[in-house]
Amino acid sequence: MDMNQYLDIFVEESRENLQNLNTSLLELERDPGAKQMLSDIFRVAHTLKGMSGTMGYTRMQKLTHVMEDVLDALRTGKLQANAVIVDVLFQCLDALENYVNQVVASGNEGSEEYAGIISALTAIMQGGSGQTAVSEKTAHPAVAKTVEAEGVLPLNVYDVNVLGKALESGMNVLQIRVTLDKGCLLKAARSFIIFQILERNSEIIKAEPKVEDIEDEKFDDHFTVITVSKEPPAFFDKEINSVAEVTDVKVIAITANMLVGTETVDRTAIGGKTSVVTDVAALEEGAAKSAATGETAKGKAQKTGKTVRVDIDRLDVLMNLVSELIIIKTRLDDVKGNDVLGESVEYLERITTSLHDAVMKVRMVPVETVFNRFPRMIRDVARDLEKDVELHMSGEETELDRTVIDEIGDPLIHILRNSADHGLETRDERLSAGKSVTGNIWLRAYQDGNNVVIEVEDDGKGVNVAKVRQKIVERGLESREMAASLSEKEVIEFLFKPSFSTVDKVTDLSGRGVGLDVVKTKIEALGGLVELESRWGLGSKTVIRLPLTLAIIQALLVRIGDEKYAIPLGSIREIDNIAPTDIQLVRNQEVIMLRNAVIPIVRLDKLLGVRGAVPDAKKKQLTVVIVRKGDKLSGFVVDGLIGQHEIVIKSLGKLLAGVRWIAGATILGDGNVALIVDVNSLAL
Amino acid sequence: MDNKVIDTAVRQIVVFRVGQEEYGVDIQKVSIIEKMMGIARVPTTPAFILGVVNLRGEIIPVLDLRLRFDMPSREPDDDTRIIIFRMGEISLGMLVDMVSEVHQMKGTDIESVTSITNDRSLDYITGVGKMDGRLVTLLNVEKLITDLGVAV
Repeated sequence: MDMNQYLDIFVEESRENLQNLNTSLLELERDPGAKQMLSDIFRVAHTLKGMSGTMGYTRMQKLTHVMEDVLDALRTGKLQANAVIVDVLFQCLDALENYVNQVVASGNEGSEEYAGIISALTAIMQGGSGQTAVSEKTAHPAVAKTVEAEGVLPLNVYDVNVLGKALESGMNVLQIRVTLDKGCLLKAARSFIIFQILERNSEIIKAEPKVEDIEDEKFDDHFTVITVSKEPPAFFDKEINSVAEVTDVKVIAITANMLVGTETVDRTAIGGKTSVVTDVAALEEGAAKSAATGETAKGKAQKTGKTVRVDIDRLDVLMNLVSELIIIKTRLDDVKGNDVLGESVEYLERITTSLHDAVMKVRMVPVETVFNRFPRMIRDVARDLEKDVELHMSGEETELDRTVIDEIGDPLIHILRNSADHGLETRDERLSAGKSVTGNIWLRAYQDGNNVVIEVEDDGKGVNVAKVRQKIVERGLESREMAASLSEKEVIEFLFKPSFSTVDKVTDLSGRGVGLDVVKTKIEALGGLVELESRWGLGSKTVIRLPLTLAIIQALLVRIGDEKYAIPLGSIREIDNIAPTDIQLVRNQEVIMLRNAVIPIVRLDKLLGVRGAVPDAKKKQLTVVIVRKGDKLSGFVVDGLIGQHEIVIKSLGKLLAGVRWIAGATILGDGNVALIVDVNSLAL
Repeated sequence: MDNKVIDTAVRQIVVFRVGQEEYGVDIQKVSIIEKMMGIARVPTTPAFILGVVNLRGEIIPVLDLRLRFDMPSREPDDDTRIIIFRMGEISLGMLVDMVSEVHQMKGTDIESVTSITNDRSLDYITGVGKMDGRLVTLLNVEKLITDLGVAV
């Protein structure tokens, strides 16, 4: 065993705990009297303390310890929560987060002491009540008393023999019973440390429960070992007690008389049970005991919910295998000849589809994991800006593929900050506009077909279209006449252009010119869309549309020259056949008219440099795939349609990452590769 | 790859032929050698990138060593092979005319290239190995890719 294996668990659980703490603190800030909340916070802080202690992160432990003092005083009513205390607690939280990040980055907690926070906490304690020393008792609830008096472990003949010989040669035979703190989280790690001490100084003859079970944490809160050592009992008492979270150590020196005693105990056991050999009886007893402890462990697991933590990489492997299966299924689809095979393939198809769905579901993560950090962020932002902001969240349970989840955090932060900073007015402005002092931001998520929609809406002042129009002219992006003729929607779209910020005052939060364009790029990279709706004086709404998954999509396979390409079905609006003469030139751009809409034409064969493309002159009709980018349409000219396929998106690999026009590759039924065109970059 | 140390340690070199010349790479870098298969061209990449292949579900770019070395390309035949290299996260296939053998080469059989030329553009060559009177140019595949990274 090695401490590193616990590092990931530590980091993950700490983060989870810190997130809980965050949520609870926000709650506490809203309702300082909530006793239940205080108990929750206290419990989380205590857990954190225990975990950091177990991992040997003493600075972190110290901070949580002091924090726990204050929380305990709050919980027991010695202190009353107020804004100052909550603020300091938030600082603690940030400090703890820093510690965890440091652990992730370097494997240790770093050397930052956060003395300021600790002294602030201590000051709170002293100001509130003189009894600072209470915490240690609560931290280690009195477990010692529960330890029942116990005799010597049942021994078999062989053990007795060994021990007897050891005693004869003048060694100490010791029975050591170690009780760990009830709240101890990494029991296996703790017992590992204890076993190290034992193994260094003695030879372990017997352990109850078995060593493997102890390693697997299959024990309640105590375990007993019998060892042979040169060291006296007091030595082990001292050494083991020095390990954190050990609440009790009982060392009994076993004498030759006692050994005789155990053997008789064993014998009586046999007597009661009929003719079983001694060893078996002992074994059975041991088994029964470990089974019992196993049961309690199982019971605990049940309580914490039926979930399993799985390494993301393993899920990716599974996903890849399913993808392979789907590819090979498609291939079978192509070769199926007779009816029997056809039926089997159809059945296989149903199974692979279900399997795919199931695996996709496993990869789904509720957006809550991203959303839950926003209340705190908005609180801090509101404070900095001296605005009253309320964040209303809904649809946190909406699920998205984890690849998408990992990426949407930053864009959302940006949009939320924009809303709080630029969207919402100051208190005075709101009052004079006849609005409530508190500004509202709504963050909603919901599923819409194969998309997940995330909306950020605020009831602030909205986008000043006139000002943006003016800016467009100032920046020389359009002529005055053109700018004047743009619709409101088109004007708002300029906000997504690089380095376009309408706010004169650059704040710490936003408005440095890197803004919505970054959001747009990021969302589009995820295959999503972002739109901004705004009404001057009433507020604005940002709508993000994301695909449910990025791994497997429906696509239209097309032929361009000698090559095959895939176009994601999600972005295709329709497919039309037109005569080559239907194409007109407007401002040097080929366009077609389709139901009174002007649609620009994109010559894929030219852009992609395809060999063997059929020239227009040789074709009576052109096949045009009309694709959608946002609410604009473009027409891709292709040489032929192959059909609709379920394709597995594969990356082109590190070497070719970022190749223009191409979003990825997929493997066709025949084993060949087709490239997936990047509609967003190709469309005009 | 260490090209400076002259040692007697035996290394295994995969020897292959492009045009009239023989080249070699350390077998440690080679993941598998495949026969010619369907290659999908990738637009907007340099000509010597032939495209990508499907190697049991993995998409791997393939470069044509002939084109890379400014030789005329030639129709693939039965001897044509794609040598798949794996270096960390990067996988790469290299199209060669034929793979002749795996040769055991002592450090002393390898002559450092710096004693022959100082041309910087040849830094993908780590040395020249002597093999039964023939000369084998030893390639540093990583260098061929860093080159590529700039080119793409």
